[in-house]
Amino acid sequence: MTGKRVTFSNTWLAGLLIAPQLILVFTFFYWPAGEALYWSFTLEPPFGGENQWVGWQNFKTVFEDPLYWNSVRISVIFALSSTVLAMGIALVLAVFVDRRLPGYQAYRFMYFWPYAVAAPAVGLAFRFIFAPDAGFVSALNQWYPGIWNPARNGVDAVILITLANAWSMVAYNFIFFLAGLQSIPRTLTEAAAMDGSGVLRRIADIQFPLLAPTFFFLVVINLTDSFVNSFGIVDITTAGGPARATDLMVYKIYSDGFKGKDYSLAAAQSLVLMLLVISLTFIQFRFVERRVHYS
Amino acid sequence: MVERTPILNILTHLILLTGLIMLLVPLWIVFVASTHDFRTVNTVPMTLWPGNQMIENYTLAWNQSGFGPKMLNSFIVAIGVTAGKIAIAAISAYSIVYFNYRFRSLFFWMIFVTLMLPLEVRIVPTYAVAANVLRPYQELLDLVGLTSLVNTVAGIRLALPEWSMLNSYTGLILPLIATATGTFLYRQFYLTVPDELAEAAKMDGAGPLRFFWDVLLPLSKTNMAALGTIMFVYAWNQYLWPLLIVTDIANYGTAVMQLQRIVPGPLFGEPPRWHIAMAGTLMVMTPPLLVVIFMQRWFVRGLVSTDK
Repeated sequence: MTGKRVTFSNTWLAGLLIAPQLILVFTFFYWPAGEALYWSFTLEPPFGGENQWVGWQNFKTVFEDPLYWNSVRISVIFALSSTVLAMGIALVLAVFVDRRLPGYQAYRFMYFWPYAVAAPAVGLAFRFIFAPDAGFVSALNQWYPGIWNPARNGVDAVILITLANAWSMVAYNFIFFLAGLQSIPRTLTEAAAMDGSGVLRRIADIQFPLLAPTFFFLVVINLTDSFVNSFGIVDITTAGGPARATDLMVYKIYSDGFKGKDYSLAAAQSLVLMLLVISLTFIQFRFVERRVHYS
Repeated sequence: MVERTPILNILTHLILLTGLIMLLVPLWIVFVASTHDFRTVNTVPMTLWPGNQMIENYTLAWNQSGFGPKMLNSFIVAIGVTAGKIAIAAISAYSIVYFNYRFRSLFFWMIFVTLMLPLEVRIVPTYAVAANVLRPYQELLDLVGLTSLVNTVAGIRLALPEWSMLNSYTGLILPLIATATGTFLYRQFYLTVPDELAEAAKMDGAGPLRFFWDVLLPLSKTNMAALGTIMFVYAWNQYLWPLLIVTDIANYGTAVMQLQRIVPGPLFGEPPRWHIAMAGTLMVMTPPLLVVIFMQRWFVRGLVSTDK
């Protein structure tokens, strides 16, 4: 680690300053993570007493459960489609805002707003907008009765939570794409313009390639976020239904752990999700060059 | 730039406008729905123009769900978490950057690795810890044999008291305060501070605390604002954690939690009072929205420079 040339030598004070965070990290991160590991390999006896070591049995139960694979499948579909949607829209908007035509500041300003909206609030808003019998999209049903009903139709429900999630992630992606575009030296695009390449040509040949690191960073962040932070949206819009059509991995951990009170099964599932997050984060650190932009 | 591209310019404006509509129409619909009466809000197709029931709806939503104390709780939690994160990030990074001791890289990595352990993947055991915070330490004591040692030597059972954080502000705030991103941001900032400042401070006889308080903290105001805005939004929008640890909703419920209770629909066998639900939604989303709007510059800088 690059340190300072001038340092203080009071080791006690140094320890005292970092202790609060270390205590918090130990109590609320490492200990629970360790406990999840322990629980996932043990079972609580029905009549109390010490947990008993059962090896891989919890994982076997989880992996042999078709309901678990159902939730994995839905989570993957949900994560991939909301990532593609959110990043695609954000990229197009950022590229065109970066053209800096008159009025671009107004767009840039308002595109941020959705980021501030809490996931359950997004969920409730979308639940109303996409309700089958009221709201905005219900007009579809008037035109063709029964074509849209997320409360009954699983596919509609998945579309609903995907749209809600993508909507709430566009702003974040937009900010990063725009920051990435603004860090491309103006002289580069100017030189290309002098050489006669048009706007779209410059976008394709200069801006997109130079955005690659930002793009890759965002892919990882979006996937992780969709796998991990989707609880608020699902809980309010569909509560995992109809018929488990939107039973995402996070939601299943919550319902198995807190509603089913099966800590061992929930812990085994948590561990799988943890491995997923760790590998995604690892990919990010390993392959994505960290780029800090100062705007 | 240099060329004239009238058609592409029109297209650009069209695309940007479409984007704006996509991103803002949901908010507009929430607002419009919150200003109509029960009958209008359930009419298909819905009107896109505000009605005149705004004050009635908001008053009803506010009183019915007891939004007053809940908003207050949300403010207490959001400000507590924000202040806590900034404070703890500033001092931990100070310890890592400005002191030279053996374990500082290890400590930094220990904090940084928590990025890979979001709340959702350790939710059940974290809840268990919050229900009895000192249990990890009790089990550690048992594990290293200190408990049995004290028991044989002094005949006392070494038992730490039970401390539950359920239904308390401490429980809502403390587990969210540890911050890898904040520590990283502050570390980066300290590394850009010229060494001459510390040298000069030392020469003038200032100790480490004095230097931290009088020199570094004032210099880090920009950092603080950036970190503060994103953390306020993060903390206000917390949902899963409060939902778990608060059962005493009358006293400790937060505004965002309340959303779960105002979902209308046939699910609870009551008429779909969407106008009240949307009024509640808009009230809950307003404070962080205002923070983002008014602190835009700091907010963007905070978001981009922490890179999660």
